[in-house]
Amino acid sequence: MTLPILELAGLRKSFGELEILTGIDLKVTKGELAFVIGPSGSGKSTMLRCCNLLERPTSGAVMLEGRNIAASGVRLDPVRRRIGMVFQSFNLYPHLDALGNVSLALRKSLKLPRAEAAERAAAALERVGLAERARHHPAQLSGGQQQRVAIARAMALEPAVMLFDEPTSALDPELVGEVLAVMRELREAGMTMVVVSHEMRFAREAADRVIFMDQGAIVEQGTAEEIFGAPKSSRLQAFLARQAA
Amino acid sequence: MDFSDAFLNATVLQKYAPSILSGVWVTLYLSAIIVVAGTALGLILACIRACGWKAVNFVIIVYADILRALPPLVLILIAYFGLPGVGVLWSSNLVLFIVLTLILAAFAEEIFWAGITSVGKGQWEASRSTGLGFAQTLFWVVLPQGVRMGLPPLTNRAIAVTKMTALGSVIGVPDILNQATTAQSFSGNASPLTLAALAYVALFLPFVLLARWLETRFAWKRT
Ligand SMILES: Nc1ncnc2c1ncn2[C@@H]1O[C@H](COP(=O)(O)OP(=O)(O)O)[C@@H](O)[C@H]1O
Ligand SMILES: [Mg+2]
Repeated sequence: MTLPILELAGLRKSFGELEILTGIDLKVTKGELAFVIGPSGSGKSTMLRCCNLLERPTSGAVMLEGRNIAASGVRLDPVRRRIGMVFQSFNLYPHLDALGNVSLALRKSLKLPRAEAAERAAAALERVGLAERARHHPAQLSGGQQQRVAIARAMALEPAVMLFDEPTSALDPELVGEVLAVMRELREAGMTMVVVSHEMRFAREAADRVIFMDQGAIVEQGTAEEIFGAPKSSRLQAFLARQAA
Repeated sequence: MDFSDAFLNATVLQKYAPSILSGVWVTLYLSAIIVVAGTALGLILACIRACGWKAVNFVIIVYADILRALPPLVLILIAYFGLPGVGVLWSSNLVLFIVLTLILAAFAEEIFWAGITSVGKGQWEASRSTGLGFAQTLFWVVLPQGVRMGLPPLTNRAIAVTKMTALGSVIGVPDILNQATTAQSFSGNASPLTLAALAYVALFLPFVLLARWLETRFAWKRT
């Protein structure tokens, strides 16, 4: 039994009176791609954002490599370097070029010397196939290219796990493929990933496990065949029927 | 008396040009230190405001609102004639410098604050998620974008406030206008005032043009 890289235990999150996450238990092991599906508003983003403490859980534990990072007194900045995050809206820094976007945290958070940071950033851009776009600003890049830069930015820190929150939802359909291709390569390189997405085809081919969330809880989980081929709960069946329609 | 004699009398111009030039230096150096100090103070206040301490922010907002609401001359006169009463004896130059710096800082704070809040939450989150701290995110991600947005209004405001150095002539600051009005009363001729106007144009027109240029190019395409 390998120790999970990331584990959520009894995770709850309320905004005011409203309980958005009603007790999430989830273990993600090394090299695993956990794929999260569920209707809009079911708490998928909130769960991801609790993983790197962008959102502080109301109660419960977030264990990263065996340590509860949701405990009080944990210094979050070093912890967050271990958890890469990719956003639906890319969130690239518009005033920096691609290389600057990727190298900023390497220089300012990891405190690498400028040359070394640039080298590592260039290598990360190379891995997402954008070496020749290093000097382009976000406004000069397509959506797909921007998201690949954002992946490079997260990846360059060599995190233990990467979180993807609907990484292709803001993209024109013809640009989705290039981003999924990069994610596929990451997975093949052994990266541990938690992916929230509606790309069911990608889930079928790449996910080790599919997790269905509804109303702030994990309702059902299993392999892609189990979840898509033989959904047990009526809520999952209804969700999949809506997706297919 | 014809027009050129009234406004461009060569003898008068020649006689008083040196004193007006000395006024140019006073206006120039006062303007320079007011812009630097006022902008810096405004930026610092906006950064403090970004920290989100309620009581502190209340004080900053009250400060900015009052100083933006008061006519500058009122502040200058209060400071100049009032402070000696409480034992503070400042030179007229120092009074002018401090009052205008505080006024520019009030406007600059609001401009920088608007710039900071215009930067989306996603920028903060992206930066924090890669392990940059609050101050690092503010400095490396948010301010470069927010300050850039604020540059055109800030330049305009800096011009407006530094032009107010002319108000200093009321309390005896030997600036351009003061030298010119003195010369005018001695000579009984308006030519020194013409020269003062020309000096102001020479001094401020480059900055007006800079502001115009900044306005045309400040916006880069948003993602
Ligand atoms: N900062 C917040 N304050 C209040 N409510 C929020 C906040 N963030 C999310 N929510 C609410 O939590 C619920 C779940 O949102 P989210 O996690 O974004 O769902 P999903 O990603 O599955 O669509 C939604 O009803 C949303 O309105
Ligand atoms: Mg979401």
